[in-house]
Amino acid sequence: MNQMTDNAVYAGGFSNPPVASAHAFRAAMNAMARPGMVQEITGATPPEGISLAAGSLLLTLCDPETGVFLAPDVDSDALRGWLTFHTGAPIVAAEEADFALGGWDALMPLDRFPIGTAEYPDRSTTLIVEVAGFDAPNATLSGPGIKDTAQIALPDPAACAGNAMLYPLGVDFFFTSGTQVAALPRSTQIRAEA
Amino acid sequence: MSDYNFAYLDEQTKRMIRRAILKGLAVPGYQVPFASREMPMPYGWGTGGVQVSAATLTPEDTFKVIDQGADDTTNAVSIRKFFERTAGVATTEETEKASVIQTRHRIPEAELTEDQILVYQVPIPEPLRFLEPRETETRKMHALQEYGLMHVKLYEDISQHGAIATSYAYPVKVSDRYVMDPSPIPKFDNPKMEMAAIQLFGAGREQRIYAVPPYTSVVSLDFEDYPFEASKADHPCDLCAAEDSYLDEVILDDAGNRMFVCSDTDYCRSRREAGHVGRLGEEAAA
Amino acid sequence: MYVAVKGGERAIDNAHAWLAEERRGDTSVAELSLVQIREQLALAVNRVMAEGSLFDPDLAALAIKQSRGDLIEAIFLIRAYRTTLPRFGYTLPVDTGAMACDRRISATFKDAPGGQVLGPTFDYTHRLLDFKLAAEGEAAEAPTSAPRTEPTPHITEFLQGEDIIEREPMSEAQPGDLTREPMAFPADRSVRLQSLTRGDEGFILGMAYSTQRGYARNHAFVGELRIGTVAVEMEIPELGFAIKIGEVELTECETVNQFKGSKTVPPQFTRGYGLVFGQSERKSIAMALVDRALRWKELGEDNLGAAAQDEEFVLSHSDNIQATGFLEHIKLPHYVDFQSELELVRKLRREAAEAVEQMAAKEAAE
Repeated sequence: MNQMTDNAVYAGGFSNPPVASAHAFRAAMNAMARPGMVQEITGATPPEGISLAAGSLLLTLCDPETGVFLAPDVDSDALRGWLTFHTGAPIVAAEEADFALGGWDALMPLDRFPIGTAEYPDRSTTLIVEVAGFDAPNATLSGPGIKDTAQIALPDPAACAGNAMLYPLGVDFFFTSGTQVAALPRSTQIRAEA
Repeated sequence: MSDYNFAYLDEQTKRMIRRAILKGLAVPGYQVPFASREMPMPYGWGTGGVQVSAATLTPEDTFKVIDQGADDTTNAVSIRKFFERTAGVATTEETEKASVIQTRHRIPEAELTEDQILVYQVPIPEPLRFLEPRETETRKMHALQEYGLMHVKLYEDISQHGAIATSYAYPVKVSDRYVMDPSPIPKFDNPKMEMAAIQLFGAGREQRIYAVPPYTSVVSLDFEDYPFEASKADHPCDLCAAEDSYLDEVILDDAGNRMFVCSDTDYCRSRREAGHVGRLGEEAAA
Repeated sequence: MYVAVKGGERAIDNAHAWLAEERRGDTSVAELSLVQIREQLALAVNRVMAEGSLFDPDLAALAIKQSRGDLIEAIFLIRAYRTTLPRFGYTLPVDTGAMACDRRISATFKDAPGGQVLGPTFDYTHRLLDFKLAAEGEAAEAPTSAPRTEPTPHITEFLQGEDIIEREPMSEAQPGDLTREPMAFPADRSVRLQSLTRGDEGFILGMAYSTQRGYARNHAFVGELRIGTVAVEMEIPELGFAIKIGEVELTECETVNQFKGSKTVPPQFTRGYGLVFGQSERKSIAMALVDRALRWKELGEDNLGAAAQDEEFVLSHSDNIQATGFLEHIKLPHYVDFQSELELVRKLRREAAEAVEQMAAKEAAE
């Protein structure tokens, strides 16, 4: 690693971790509690190519006790170095991941991620999916956290609906773009827009 | 308290709790195991709620703590003071002004909003525990959605007493999947659980966190011919004349005279300030 | 006239001030120093370290002073402090075979290499109050001899040589840590042992005693009991080797228990294991007995339905900080729940009375 990347590894953490992570968590919690609703989340500056939102989620939720899977489209020495330095999280295979980061296509197939067990449905992966944006909703959501219905842009509504069929097992999703995050827990019912 | 981190807990502990909260929100009513830490207050005195609040609070929050509906009960005072010292957050007794409310045994009377978070202190999170003491068994029952035992218990109540003899910690079914203990709130409060705010439940000693997202269906278990009834003392508040609030019964004298007053002290105060006067209200103001 | 109870905060402050005064007691009596507690109430200090899961005699002494000698309260203070300490790393397993023993006895052999060393034990004291101590009697100096230089091998090693006792399989697996991972059942042996060594001495003692009285009896002999200090070593990645970072005093008990054998395993002895911070003899023996009782499943024994065999029962109730907190929480106000019960009982009584009246009216009409 040269001097430039060294600096990149050490930079971009939370400036005041207790406060920055509290803010970022509030955004993540609001997102998970209100599926489809977009929240602002900032604080971290991850290596180039990774959104601030995804970086902030990683710093808020990951540590040496959580295995992280990096999909091939985001996996790089720079990201590994940054993640290791700031969180200590081990990089693991998809089949063992507590968290997974990447674009939708690179993360697939979905069924390789742990979905929990009947007795411990929490032993499942949370996917952080980098998306282009939230502008073009293609799915209608209903269920816990949603007053009537909500709209969201999903990379693959059918696959997400399949995940919801596994309830209470399944994975949970955060979708990130720039400084924005929205979530789709397994409890949400999905109807694809025509 | 500069020796301790913001909101007391170290960052790694908060991350562990935060992960559990997110799982709880994703699977409403499911009890997520978490490695509860030893807190500087006893187990059974709100350590679960305190840990959840500590992992949730931001410096901008306004924090309210109630115990039995009141802000000035000793344990509520003690917990509020703890967060004033360790997190430096603003505190309030007014429900409307609070962004995070930690509670023991009550849900405030005022309707909570989307901008609020309600944190419950939970002693025994397992609704099936008194029917089956073994964790290994109750975990299976939840996995298989095998809740017959609970219905049998409620039905036995009816055959013995003519009514369901559970008046607090009345079991609910969340989002049509998990049977959940709502913590020892009076069953009067159960219908309020379908609310706009996020509800988080922390059981420190039992190492469980669970959650109910906003607008989630929360149904009190009952039978068609014995429907659930959210009951309270059949009186108005003697201080503010409220007909719709849960009441405490206070013994006034040796002759056993009683009065009934709102358990939610802030609700009662705001009503009296708005000019409502109960049977003994004027005397109280004097 | 009813006045809502206010002023909880002042009541709490006043209670704390009063407590501080009571803790100090009569100010004309000299105040206890931490060194006095550490040196002269060492077994209390040991218990607080063992159940507090933190080896620090000075902090334990402080906790005992602050808690007015209430050891469970002192353990609580240590636990709450311990949980805030950052973890810098993990030490290597301690080598109790290399212990510098102050005491080492075996009940299974009359003599063995390393010898029987009684050490500073109450065992053969006659329990007669020593009124000389009331008069601040100075203790006579105990006779000394040169420390033994040869090693003190574990007694069970001799049995192992004969293959007449089960072998403990070597494992590089990480032991569990119930302070970092929530307890899940079934728990593996490392977590069970951790839970037992932190568990309440009285509870573990009672459980162990119950096995001796026939509730899952497992015929325990004290194969060996040793007390002494061991080196604590840590691998420093930058150095590439382990260095000694300190010493701890430990009590280790290995019991030798009978086992009938099975179709595939010839009769052999089995083991129970106890390891506790400080000189904590009663606790380590009790721990070994309960450990052995909890191993029924892996040894292919019958579940006799005894409490000491029931890991969920033992592990869920051994922690005195959890137990005392939950027990004492019923002091907190519960008037909201009580009110709801009150209303319910009144309603049920009213309905029952009405039913009786109706019945009577109906009978009168007929």
